[in-house]
Amino acid sequence: MPRLLRHELLMFEALREGLGEEMERDPNVCVIGEDVGDYGGSYKVTKGFSEKFGSWRVLDTPIAENSFTGMAIGAAMTGLRPVVEGMNMGFLLLAYNQIANNCGMLHYTSGGQFTIPVVIRGPGGVGRQLGAEHSQRLESYFQSVPGLQMVACSTPYNAKGLMKAAIRCENPVILYEHVLLYNLKEKIPDEEYTCCLEEAEMVRPGTDITILTYSRMRYHVTQAAKTLVDRGYDPEIIDIRSLKPFDMYTIGESVKKTHRVLIVEECMRTGGIGASLRSAIMESFWDELDGPIGCLSSQDVPTPYSGPLEELTVVQPHQIVTAVENLCGKK
Amino acid sequence: MQGIMESIQTLCSGDHGNEGFMQDDEDEEEENGVGRLTSWAELLGFGLAVFSEAIAPQLQCFCDRTLGFAVGQGGSREAWIKAVAMAMSLVRKAVKKGWVGALAPAARVMSQALSTASEPITLDIPVPFKAHKVETPSVTVETSAQELTNFFKTMFIMRRMEIAADSLYKSKFIRGFCHLYDGQEAVCVGMEAALNDKDCIITAYRDHCTHLGRGGSVLEVFAELMGRKDGCSLGKGGSMHMYNKKGGFYGGNGIVGAQTPLGAGLAFAQKYLKVEGVTLAMYGDGAANQGQLFEAMNISALWNLPVIYVCENNHYGMGTAEWRSAKSPEYYKRGDYIPGLKVDGMDCLAVKQAVKYAKEYALQNGPMVLEMDTYRYHGHSMSDPGSTYRTRDEISGVRQERDPIERIRKLLLSNNIATVAELKTMEKEAKKEVEDALSKAKESPSPDSDELFTHVYRKGYGAKAYGADRKEVVVKLP
Repeated sequence: MPRLLRHELLMFEALREGLGEEMERDPNVCVIGEDVGDYGGSYKVTKGFSEKFGSWRVLDTPIAENSFTGMAIGAAMTGLRPVVEGMNMGFLLLAYNQIANNCGMLHYTSGGQFTIPVVIRGPGGVGRQLGAEHSQRLESYFQSVPGLQMVACSTPYNAKGLMKAAIRCENPVILYEHVLLYNLKEKIPDEEYTCCLEEAEMVRPGTDITILTYSRMRYHVTQAAKTLVDRGYDPEIIDIRSLKPFDMYTIGESVKKTHRVLIVEECMRTGGIGASLRSAIMESFWDELDGPIGCLSSQDVPTPYSGPLEELTVVQPHQIVTAVENLCGKK
Repeated sequence: MQGIMESIQTLCSGDHGNEGFMQDDEDEEEENGVGRLTSWAELLGFGLAVFSEAIAPQLQCFCDRTLGFAVGQGGSREAWIKAVAMAMSLVRKAVKKGWVGALAPAARVMSQALSTASEPITLDIPVPFKAHKVETPSVTVETSAQELTNFFKTMFIMRRMEIAADSLYKSKFIRGFCHLYDGQEAVCVGMEAALNDKDCIITAYRDHCTHLGRGGSVLEVFAELMGRKDGCSLGKGGSMHMYNKKGGFYGGNGIVGAQTPLGAGLAFAQKYLKVEGVTLAMYGDGAANQGQLFEAMNISALWNLPVIYVCENNHYGMGTAEWRSAKSPEYYKRGDYIPGLKVDGMDCLAVKQAVKYAKEYALQNGPMVLEMDTYRYHGHSMSDPGSTYRTRDEISGVRQERDPIERIRKLLLSNNIATVAELKTMEKEAKKEVEDALSKAKESPSPDSDELFTHVYRKGYGAKAYGADRKEVVVKLP
């Protein structure tokens, strides 16, 4: 990637850039969601789009997730490429039937006649004291729906790249953004680029242990890594990015190198992404492992409102340090 | 040739109302001073003389037109007799007067014969429409002999298909859920008469006949029901998931009411891509209470989408009668701000008229609701006997008084478009078509094991997934 011409922006601006470029490139791309048009999007991802592309391509819907997600899927069956925005990922639970039964399955049940090139995106994850119902992590709910692809962005660079790739992809893609990462700043290339939807990202190469993470937990891991390096460890950090399907190649190469795995995620302990990833790694790479696969997830509780309690529900850097020390042995 | 000669023989022996025909011929002949046929032998001799090489090419033209006419009338024996007798008399005139002179009137007669099939017939719809916030369409509908004959044939094929599916289910060729459409055929057949290929239809799980109406074949339906390779969804969809992209049929949906937002989306795409078409989002009286339907109605009315919500009200949502599930069973009014029409769904012509009207409305003004008052003879599905929540008298009453196929049969007979014998021939042909499709479908194989993993993702994930080595790994099934 040539690093000559770059510009700095925030994550939500990167998402906006990616979406805007795709809308200019392909007239069939449209955005559908609550307050995406005149309001500019609740996290400003679609700010300015309604003036630029018109109200027929940036559709403000009434508060009816079930039906507007269904509409997006119906429109996708004819060849349009809608991008559905859930104001908060948790609201898309109301559209669960449409996503699970129609979005994921129509390509299969129609014998390949229809494709559903829809992108469903929105902020999820535990924020700053937003309360239980606005702190949902939907990765675990949708991961077993066949036919869906799921990706989680974590930096402005991969946010723009994944957004573009998701729109161009023929499969339905769910793009998980995180409420707390929208103001991350980074320099990204000026020239056009996309990221591969199915690839994981190497954040920090290492030799002692493979730490697999995604979305906001990437930053807790990198923070913990500073402490670990000080204490003499050499962790390899991989941002898995693709939650469905897993990039077993990159993960496998890393496991063969380090022989120890720790998964750090924000999903719930029960039935989360970590649970699936753990069993996938065990199945494929049992012989390479020197010890059990560690998995740090959020607690199986509704996210409380109180600040300190909320902090206890998600994985904190010091817990990551302790886990690595336990898996690798004291140095 | 053999068949033609037999027909001529019958004609001259006095059967099948040839008296009337000869009467007409006699009048014309009186004008032209041509003699009358008196015996089969005379006719045969004449025919042989006529079929001489001198006028063979011109005669070929007459024969082709005769063939065309007979086929256009349904290809029945009676039609053949009429056509051949007509042709023979014209040929006779041609030979007597010099064929050039008779060519013009012969062509005129032939084209007249051909056009009577598509001549407009005007009929009145017996059961009036009920309207909500809109004018009712006219009860006078224009149709033609050809259209009515097609209605009859198509509905008969659909009926035979559903009855065959019934026995297939009982003999365990079809498993799972099988929802049959018999009794409701007039809705999808009437709709098709008012639509074209730019329009989209999406419906729920009672979709076998709708698939047929949109251009699917009986073979595809049977094969899909039995889970075979030749099915429209390659055997992977089943009874509830039939789709036809070319024909504009978007399924085939299992979850009650989930197809209504999809339908609104199809209409949105039609408006977005500026296609001059409408979407018919069909649902039943049971689905009429789903929240997503009202959400979809709201959005489509807000954005003026060209969608027509068609409620096929067969009065029972599985085992629950409409008065037990809906506070207001007047489904055509449930759109509130969206205008609606209540239509007799057992009358093809009423359905055609209503859909034509609704299509014009939707293209200009946005959504409309059509409630089709119809009835299903079978239970909700094959697992439901259909008699625990309604009486057998009710079912047989509707069958006697309102059956859609019988209604068209009466119209065909009373308007002299077809005779009883011709209708019987049509029925026999339809039965044969369905039986042939069934036997062909039974021979179709099950899908291969690799098909389990195809079409999950567009890129071909699954059977050829990337393994840990990034090489293509073919998954071997146990």
